[in-house]
Amino acid sequence: MNNASINWFKYSSPATFYPLAGRLIPWFMAIAVILIGIGLYLSFFVAPTDYKQGEGYRIIFVHVPAAWMSMFIYLIMAFWAVMGLVFNTRLSAMMSQALAPTGAMFTFLALWTGAFWGKPMWGTWWVWDARLTSELILFFLYIGFIALQGAIDDTRRGDRAGAILLLVGVVNIPIIYFSVKWWNTLHQGASISVTQGSSMASIMLNTMLIMALGFWAYTIAVALSRARSIILEREMDSQWVRELQEIRQ
Amino acid sequence: MNLVEFFDMGGYALYVWSSFGATAILMIAEPLLLRTRRRNVLRRIARLIRIQTEEQS
Repeated sequence: MNNASINWFKYSSPATFYPLAGRLIPWFMAIAVILIGIGLYLSFFVAPTDYKQGEGYRIIFVHVPAAWMSMFIYLIMAFWAVMGLVFNTRLSAMMSQALAPTGAMFTFLALWTGAFWGKPMWGTWWVWDARLTSELILFFLYIGFIALQGAIDDTRRGDRAGAILLLVGVVNIPIIYFSVKWWNTLHQGASISVTQGSSMASIMLNTMLIMALGFWAYTIAVALSRARSIILEREMDSQWVRELQEIRQ
Repeated sequence: MNLVEFFDMGGYALYVWSSFGATAILMIAEPLLLRTRRRNVLRRIARLIRIQTEEQS
């Protein structure tokens, strides 16, 4: 057991991952609360009023981080899907399963806050433009993944079917991201680009980044917590689960 | 800036607070739901162990 180099496969065993995740959760939750607290303060009290959109633009501070998370989480799930298919580790499927509801939640929030931003600025809650439509498809992919994995009784087969669905759906992510470039959309272009930098005031940008980091920490905490429950549900019959301290209480 | 002005959000109150409100509700509800899920599975395992030890004795 005592290898000099780190054996990453060791952590892919639920029995070693479970206590490790338990130790990490409070830290990530604390980071999330602090960052989102700072982010909210900056959103409402420091960031100046926009010259075109007035106070209404402040929706950006939840809308953009939520939209980013909706795409990031899907990519991470697709990564775990590949790991699961290639290495056949039990934990990979549990990780995608643990992330899916949070991803669906952020996708919903991106659409919801987008609607509440679109109404005052564009005069409509919804348009079938490329960005909005592809984000809606992402929401259906999350729901489809959750439903598919839940509908197949054999866990192994359910995991594999889910992983394949995730990989097929990954094509949607670049479509969402580049939709504002490829098509003429009502949705505005990217505020931040790798090549051109940011087109917004630095305080607005920093606020958005802090919120996004807070959402990241939140996602990690929540996903680890859900993964722990999934591990317990799946490995109920194994000896190590029965010897856990929290069960004896 | 007074409180009424703050909550009015320059006339955008409905849109700003619906966005931040929904985000807050969901991001508070999710950890609470996860806590219930964990409690339930721990209780289920404890019951399972109890039943099996009773059967053995």
